[in-house]
Amino acid sequence: MSFLSLTSIKKSFGPVQVVHDFNMNIEKGEFVSFLGPSGCGKTTVLRMIAGFETPTSGKIVINGKDQNALKPNQRNIGMVFQAYALFPNMNVHDNVAFGLKVAGTDKSEIDARVKQMLGLIKLEHLADRFPYQLSGGQQQRVALARAIAVKPQVLLLDEPLSALDAKIRVSLREEIRQIQQQLGITTVFVTHDQEEALSISDRIVVMNAGRADQIGTPFEIYNTPSTRFVASFVGTLSIIEGKVADPAAGAVTIGNQQIALKDPISGMKGGDSISLALRPEAGSIAEGAKGDTALAGEVVSTSFLGSVIRTRLRVGGDVISFDMFNNPGVAPPVSGDNVTLRFAAKDLLVIRE
Amino acid sequence: MKKIWSWGALVFGLLYFTLPLIGMTNFSLKMRRGEYSFDAYQKVFADPRFQETFTYSVMQALFTIIFGVLLVVPTAYWVRLKLPRLRPVIEFITLLPLVIPAIVIVFGYIRLYNTSSWLPLTGSLTGTNILLMFGYATLALPYMYRAVDTGLRTIDVATLTEAAQSLGAGWATILAKIILPNVLVAVLSGAFLTFAIVIGEFTMAALLNRPAFGPYMQLLGANRAYEPAALAVIAFGITWGCLGLIQLVSRFQKSAPPKA
Ligand SMILES: Nc1ncnc2c1ncn2[C@@H]1O[C@H](COP(=O)(O)OP(=O)(O)O)[C@@H](O)[C@H]1O
Ligand SMILES: [Mg+2]
Repeated sequence: MSFLSLTSIKKSFGPVQVVHDFNMNIEKGEFVSFLGPSGCGKTTVLRMIAGFETPTSGKIVINGKDQNALKPNQRNIGMVFQAYALFPNMNVHDNVAFGLKVAGTDKSEIDARVKQMLGLIKLEHLADRFPYQLSGGQQQRVALARAIAVKPQVLLLDEPLSALDAKIRVSLREEIRQIQQQLGITTVFVTHDQEEALSISDRIVVMNAGRADQIGTPFEIYNTPSTRFVASFVGTLSIIEGKVADPAAGAVTIGNQQIALKDPISGMKGGDSISLALRPEAGSIAEGAKGDTALAGEVVSTSFLGSVIRTRLRVGGDVISFDMFNNPGVAPPVSGDNVTLRFAAKDLLVIRE
Repeated sequence: MKKIWSWGALVFGLLYFTLPLIGMTNFSLKMRRGEYSFDAYQKVFADPRFQETFTYSVMQALFTIIFGVLLVVPTAYWVRLKLPRLRPVIEFITLLPLVIPAIVIVFGYIRLYNTSSWLPLTGSLTGTNILLMFGYATLALPYMYRAVDTGLRTIDVATLTEAAQSLGAGWATILAKIILPNVLVAVLSGAFLTFAIVIGEFTMAALLNRPAFGPYMQLLGANRAYEPAALAVIAFGITWGCLGLIQLVSRFQKSAPPKA
């Protein structure tokens, strides 16, 4: 039995169903991310775990205990919000101490625990500050300390980094992950940022329109997306539309070019439409690039991202993105260039859904 | 040319407001023939009925404030949190005391709570005092509710509530430890307005026959010459003192941070 299990969760607001049959089992100490675009129901699922929303149907069990009848303040769940939600009338110490005070903990014990928490987030020196005297990143770390001070069964974070600037976002997510591993807290982390989810999660749930499209490790999600949605949302996979030319030979026509897939195409016949996906790092246009497959196209644009250069290439009716490492000795292609993209047939994924 | 007109209007307005005040203050200082003195004020302060009615009204004001805060803060909070669509309705209800004359309210009270009714509040002094306090709270409702509601707008009520709930807090703790401290400045300005209203109120106290400051002012005005003027200046001073305190606490709030 897993530590936190969500079984057949459905949720409707009036006539609108926003969560459809959501199932998920989370192990003790696991870090799971809900990844999906805005409005897909991530927050709603999180709020049902916290008890702020009641599922229309389905079951939420934490540590063997059915949560349905429990109020939010009886669940012992830590919550971190995008807007920090520190109590403006309390200083850092009192914010972190709040849950412990509510629980009636001894003063000496509270002080020790608060000190330990502030040590964990490296803000001992700011214990007397009020929230408005802290930067966004500091406020969010205090919010994290406040949530874990009460030793919650489960820690829920709802886009905790979205309001912060890029540099802090990266350093704080690593800090969150490190603290989570150190304390072994079962954690659900909601984000719409695929890089964030890939970098810190044990497992990711990719959500699409109220459903869990795919559940898997970052490695699985990135390398073997099971639906077109996952493929396009996670990583910057390019979707290429083609027509099956010869299923037995795995031959596909893209625009006026023909390529061969690694395997025969099962369950399709000649003339059927087929969607293929290619990861940006799978192809290259360099002289003498390796790869048994080639597609010619015209460069649409290039963007310089630092260590890599992302180039968009028009092939048939689609635009394929690919990345190459920055090389000071070689100028990147410019739009209008005609180039040949080479890649291995095995890197071309067939998207079934 | 335009400037002259606006300056003219300003001067006219100032004179319109200040001349009667100056005249009244001047008159209140003239009790002793031929020279200025504070005789009228001394007389007023020395009058045991002044002390008695003033103390009575101050006590009533304090109870009204406490009752008002206990009524309005949870209500305004609950409406913002759970019934946001009812806000216009509640706002309308809280405005009613502005359009219903106090005399109508108090007659209604007397009809409802007289000695032969199901809840004979007017049958005892304590009961009548409580009834009067309810009346004052009603009169102060528009101001108190608006002040608290405005205060609540400056904090993210829903998220703070959820943060507190997830930390195990119940409603009483949330109200006392999170909501009230964050709207305290708003509550204080509502309280000073309530104070000013209660100190000057006449109709309700007179009809319920309680020894309040308002009826005392009226009584004095009907029977004396200089003392009422002095009393009016004193009452005016109290009201302006309250307004000044509101300014002070709101400045205090401004020096506190904008909420992130
Ligand atoms: N209290 C609510 N009442 C009505 N609709 C809601 C409510 N909360 C969320 N929704 C709707 O449910 C859908 C999912 O919302 P949400 O869970 O917040 O998405 P996400 O967090 O993934 O952006 C959205 O379409 C949103 O408009
Ligand atoms: Mg959300």
